[in-house]
Amino acid sequence: MDHQAPPFFKHGPSPLARFMFFAFLSLVLMALDARQNTLNTLRQVLSVVVAPLQRLANAPAEMIGRTSGFFVTQAHMQNENAALGQRQLLLSAQLQRMQAMQAENAYLRKILGVQQQRGERVVVAEIVYAGRDPFSQKIIVDKGSNHNVKAGQPAIDDVGVVGQVTRVYPFSSEITLLIDKDQAVPVEIVRNGARAIAFGHGQDGTLELPFMAANADIQNGDALFTSGIDGVYPAGLPVAVVSKIERNSAFAKITCVPSAGVSRHKQLLILIGEPRQSALADQAGMGKADGSKADASHLRRN
Amino acid sequence: MNLAKAPELLKPASMRFILLTLGLGLLLNLLPWSGLALSFRPDFVALALLFWAIREPRKTGMGAAWIMGLLMDMADGAILGQHALAYTLAVFAAIVLHRRIQRFTLWQQALHVLLLLLLLQAAMLLSRLFAGAVFPGPGYFLSCLTGAALWPPLSLLLQLPQRGRPDPDSVYSAGQK
Repeated sequence: MDHQAPPFFKHGPSPLARFMFFAFLSLVLMALDARQNTLNTLRQVLSVVVAPLQRLANAPAEMIGRTSGFFVTQAHMQNENAALGQRQLLLSAQLQRMQAMQAENAYLRKILGVQQQRGERVVVAEIVYAGRDPFSQKIIVDKGSNHNVKAGQPAIDDVGVVGQVTRVYPFSSEITLLIDKDQAVPVEIVRNGARAIAFGHGQDGTLELPFMAANADIQNGDALFTSGIDGVYPAGLPVAVVSKIERNSAFAKITCVPSAGVSRHKQLLILIGEPRQSALADQAGMGKADGSKADASHLRRN
Repeated sequence: MNLAKAPELLKPASMRFILLTLGLGLLLNLLPWSGLALSFRPDFVALALLFWAIREPRKTGMGAAWIMGLLMDMADGAILGQHALAYTLAVFAAIVLHRRIQRFTLWQQALHVLLLLLLLQAAMLLSRLFAGAVFPGPGYFLSCLTGAALWPPLSLLLQLPQRGRPDPDSVYSAGQK
């Protein structure tokens, strides 16, 4: 060992030494990155390299989508247009009712001295691609910090809650779906108002409600809406429907199927922070929504 | 037996070509794969890195693997360092074994590459399990099979520019030194 002959050629450090160096570097990075937000600058730097490549890689699929969109038949368009017109009519009728109710609600809340519910501002974001990491359930959308998207904001579609923005880059952001293992959303059973927290299950696209007693009043088919107590998700958005209950142990094992999904649409809405003062409340002469958020810290598990 | 055939002498690959293939591999990985296609998608970056680690261990190595790994981490939204560690490990194994692997025929090489890719996936799996993720099922290793199956055609393709035969029809005979 001691009398190793000097090498004929200079190759720099041995492969093993190099490997040790890079492995150590990777482990340090992983340890740092496991605590969120410590490596944001490094991520921003890397995103400068990756983002244009990503755009290039998405270009062919996008082009195919556009060309096939161009060759849609007129009959198809007409049908769709008619259907959308009808839907629009229906929705605007509902919206009128809702506006009246919202005004009334704001008034009643004011009388009661209860905090105003916030009016939401939204950004329409398009899904660029589904996350490729097999260990987590994420999607990437095309709106980022340049459109006021911030980490922590909830994302919804026309049916219910989709997930939460977890990472933001200038022109894109990453939304962790509700079914991700690390994702949690506070919910309320619509039927009886019981509150619970729904956690993502990770693999099979379901949610579960842990910490519910075996004799809890919950049935198959119960709808779960956001309760709004976390201050992240506004109250009253559909989250999931209870699909299976096992009451064998002290805690019931409750499985739920999420209402919203990302497989049906390409667009979703991100509810962006600072609530505008509610226009509806203004109309009704109710003064301003104070806009302060509920203090309850949000409930992500890491 | 194939062993009787003398191994073809190849010109050294140019650095530019190596970087080009790594970039192309990254681009292929970034295509919008999803669902079943995603679990079958071979890791093109890993294949390119392994190819160059076996062919030209002096020119590329663990530094390149580490940087490509960081870029893949970023692109996949994984934990930073996950791909970097796995790529470095696989390339290290490839560099240690490169003389041995070069002696085999392409299909036999593919078996070696299969093992290297399995090592790579296992390293990623382990680092994620330590970070608290759940095992995503045995389908996680499918991409190693497709990757290994892709090895022979990919090797032929990547060796094309290094072929030295004066072939007047070849587009590669011009411009390369």
